[in-house]
Amino acid sequence: MHLLYPVVLSALLFCTGVYGVLARRNAVLVLMAVELMLNAVNLNLVAFDVWLRDTLHAGQALTLFTVTIAAAEIGLGLAIVLLLYRRRGTSSVDRLDELADRPDPPHPDQGAGPDPDADQDADPDARPAPDATSDDQPRKAAA
Amino acid sequence: MTPALAALVILLPFAAGTVGLLTGRLAPGLARPLAVLPTALSAALAVVLAVRIGSGQADFAAPLTPTGGWSAGRDMPISLAFHLDGLATLTAVLVGVVATCVQIYSTSYLRDDPRYRSYAAVVSFFTSAMLLVVLTGDLVVLMVGWEVMGICSYLLIGHHWEKRDARSASLKAFLVTKLGDVPFLFGLFLLAFDAGTFRIDGVLTAAVNGRIDHPTLAALLLLAGAVGKSAQFPLHTWLPDAMAGPTPVSALIHAATMVAAGIYLIARLHPVFLASGAALLVLAVLAAITMIGSALCALAQDDVKRVLAYSTVGQLGYMAGALACGDRDAAAFHLLTHGAFKALLFLSAGVLIHAAGTNSLAAMSRIRGLRHRAPDAFWCLTIGLLALAGIPPFSGFFSKDAVLAAAEHATSGTFHAPPTGDVTGLVVPAAAGWTVLLSGLLTALLTAAYATRLWLLAAGSPTPTLTLAAGADSGADSRPQPVENSADPQLTAHQPTHQPAHQPAHQEAADAAHEPPAQRWPLWALAVPSFALGLAGLNTHWLPALLDQVGLRPATTTAVPSLACAVLGVLAGWGAARARPGADPGRTLLGPLHAPAVRGFYVDAAYSLMFVRPVLGAARLARFLDADVVETYVRGTAATTRGAGAAVRRAQTGNIQTYLGVLLAGAVVIGILVVV
Amino acid sequence: MSGQSFLSTSGTEIAFVLVGIVALGAALLTVTTRQLVHAALWLVVALGALAVEYLLLTAEFVAWVQVLIYVGAVVVLLLFGLMLTRAPIGPSPDADSRHRPLAAAVAVAAAALLVTVVADAFRTTWITLRPGAGSAEANGIGLFRAWVLPFEALSVLLLAALVGAIVLSRRRAARPGVHEEADD
Repeated sequence: MHLLYPVVLSALLFCTGVYGVLARRNAVLVLMAVELMLNAVNLNLVAFDVWLRDTLHAGQALTLFTVTIAAAEIGLGLAIVLLLYRRRGTSSVDRLDELADRPDPPHPDQGAGPDPDADQDADPDARPAPDATSDDQPRKAAA
Repeated sequence: MTPALAALVILLPFAAGTVGLLTGRLAPGLARPLAVLPTALSAALAVVLAVRIGSGQADFAAPLTPTGGWSAGRDMPISLAFHLDGLATLTAVLVGVVATCVQIYSTSYLRDDPRYRSYAAVVSFFTSAMLLVVLTGDLVVLMVGWEVMGICSYLLIGHHWEKRDARSASLKAFLVTKLGDVPFLFGLFLLAFDAGTFRIDGVLTAAVNGRIDHPTLAALLLLAGAVGKSAQFPLHTWLPDAMAGPTPVSALIHAATMVAAGIYLIARLHPVFLASGAALLVLAVLAAITMIGSALCALAQDDVKRVLAYSTVGQLGYMAGALACGDRDAAAFHLLTHGAFKALLFLSAGVLIHAAGTNSLAAMSRIRGLRHRAPDAFWCLTIGLLALAGIPPFSGFFSKDAVLAAAEHATSGTFHAPPTGDVTGLVVPAAAGWTVLLSGLLTALLTAAYATRLWLLAAGSPTPTLTLAAGADSGADSRPQPVENSADPQLTAHQPTHQPAHQPAHQEAADAAHEPPAQRWPLWALAVPSFALGLAGLNTHWLPALLDQVGLRPATTTAVPSLACAVLGVLAGWGAARARPGADPGRTLLGPLHAPAVRGFYVDAAYSLMFVRPVLGAARLARFLDADVVETYVRGTAATTRGAGAAVRRAQTGNIQTYLGVLLAGAVVIGILVVV
Repeated sequence: MSGQSFLSTSGTEIAFVLVGIVALGAALLTVTTRQLVHAALWLVVALGALAVEYLLLTAEFVAWVQVLIYVGAVVVLLLFGLMLTRAPIGPSPDADSRHRPLAAAVAVAAAALLVTVVADAFRTTWITLRPGAGSAEANGIGLFRAWVLPFEALSVLLLAALVGAIVLSRRRAARPGVHEEADD
């Protein structure tokens, strides 16, 4: 078999995963796209291992390791997503912009007045909580 | 011995001033003795010096060697030199005597002034500087004394610096005289380079022998300085406003000494002027304009001191006119007599102002019995005014006549010879003579008229008090107070203090005190020369011997017309007062000219338009350029930086997908670049 | 998908290409569908197809591990995550953020770059497939001899992940929450 088949497939899968990471709004969907990318990498490793056939079986061993790490990562990632959902009431990635550098509020520019360049620390954005209250999701008001 | 005497005359007041400034706080009791005694001693030494020099001439010089050899290969050192002759020593005596009288007078007049110590010290410095100008024989040293006088004048006029009038008057005096001093400096240098030396005797010799290459230019430049210092047209505007200073200052500086320095300079360097007919003509025209204009203004002023100030300007015009006609001695004679009687007038006016509590003539005229409140001052004022008007046998008659005689000689082409050298090549234009003669006669008339007005309004009117009903003057704006016809003439009054202060002057005294002795004795001391100095000119062995040994007798051709003019003037003043009893005689006499005369014929307004407004406009323009143009760039820099920061800040969206997207796009671009 | 054809196509290759198309299609659907649960299910298809690919490449152990872990556990976790974050069941209108154009551009560019580079590099490389290289025995020998240290480290990693997940998902309130957690 030509090496190109698995390798090209892996590349395309990887890029699909990239698209998903950048384009999806829900955090869980982003994690799914990350899984796609990891799998693409796995395919690549296996293909090269089969081609090279080295004594260490490095490719397949590393593939197993990748799978394990991906599993651990998805567990933690989902824990984080759930924590976020509980605190902020949303799982949209683009609502999580606390670290943005907001522009100064407009002030009259008279001479060399002092420029209050305070970045706004954790400011409660009035975010509408998701649907009705549930029993196991006590919605806390902003951070 | 003689140079030591001369040096002492100059240094004693200087030392008094220095010690006074240094020990002012430590020994306040020393202030008055330090003010009076060294100056009196200096005056006494000046008398000794005058007697020693007599009619001769003496030059002493000590060149300052480091200053030599600096100019285009020529060796022109600056010397500490004395040039002593009759003119110098007599003027030194005048300065010393007037300064002593002023210092004695000030001990009482400024008794309550908190800054008396510094005032006395500055007056001493001033005296020393004037004596330096008078006695020195080196042009640069003269310049030093000239400038120190200017500084001291600034400090003294602005003595009451809490008042805005005093501050602006002192600045004005300083700036206007400086305007004349810059050409003066250039004139000095030109003169010295032409003559090859800074020594005055060297310059005079060169002038008489015709070695000055640019006499007209040098004379005109020097004239600028003299015009500024002696308050001639067009640089006369500072003198009336300088009356904002204390009255003894006006007596010293603006009557006898500082303004005389310009005249003295022209007299001292007279051969240079004689070498240029154009300069003499210019001087004559300026003198004529000054004389007539100032006499008209004096007739219209309401403030006593301003009348006297304009009078000083006019009398200096007389001296300038005499110099323009080539007669140095007549000018010197008038300088001496004018110094005496003008100082007398100012000091007596000071006592009267204190007694009346106001400067304003209109207000004074309504105080009954003022003459009884301050009798000595009244009589001295009378003597001074008689001398001013030129009534014989007072000194003013003789000296004014000497000036007119010089003018009359100039019209026929003859003039008194200068002390050194020959006279060929020195010409006085006849036009100068006619100008001075005619304007002098007219001024004599006007002088007598305003002297009479001053006497009538200030102290002498026996008629019922002048009311302000007929055309209120520019000053008082309240209804005239009804003055009680009190039987007691020695009223210490309160009513005059309701009058508001008049044009630039402020009220110098709120209490109406009697004359203390310290204010009385100087008056009488000055009254004597006002009376008698003229007679000293009659005998050729007395005063003229000290000058140029030419007679100072009155000549019939000029004495009769001048006396006639004086009497006419007195009659005009008296008649105007009688004709309209309630009104100011000056207003009656001047008619439509009254309003411009009060404002000094708008010369100040012209200056303001020509110089002050453009400078202020330029200052506003500069401020606009700095604040709105340059500052805009500065602020723009800040705004640009801030804007750039704001623009960059927009990249920090906080959205992680944005960050990742851009990151990966960059990585892809790099990859493509590497591959391709 | 590369349409290059070489004359020595074998059955393996055809199968590989066909399964690859399935995998790719499922992956594309995962990242583009608006229904969130469907995305998870398409992910299952994609991962399963990849397991078949591994089999075709004679890596049986990896294939079965893939099925076990990914399809069995990870997707289940994802589904639980979707459930607990109240993902809408039907099509959700805001499944895609506003970065779609940027994402598409980046993805396409990256794909072009990678495929070009790779095709240029491995144009004449063939794999010879020999079954047995990917058996459990071969993998076990490799793991427990050569890779035993990373293996042990990995177990520590898993322990850390376990602890971390528990800590993160604990509530402050006294209520006993549902344990959502990855077991391994």
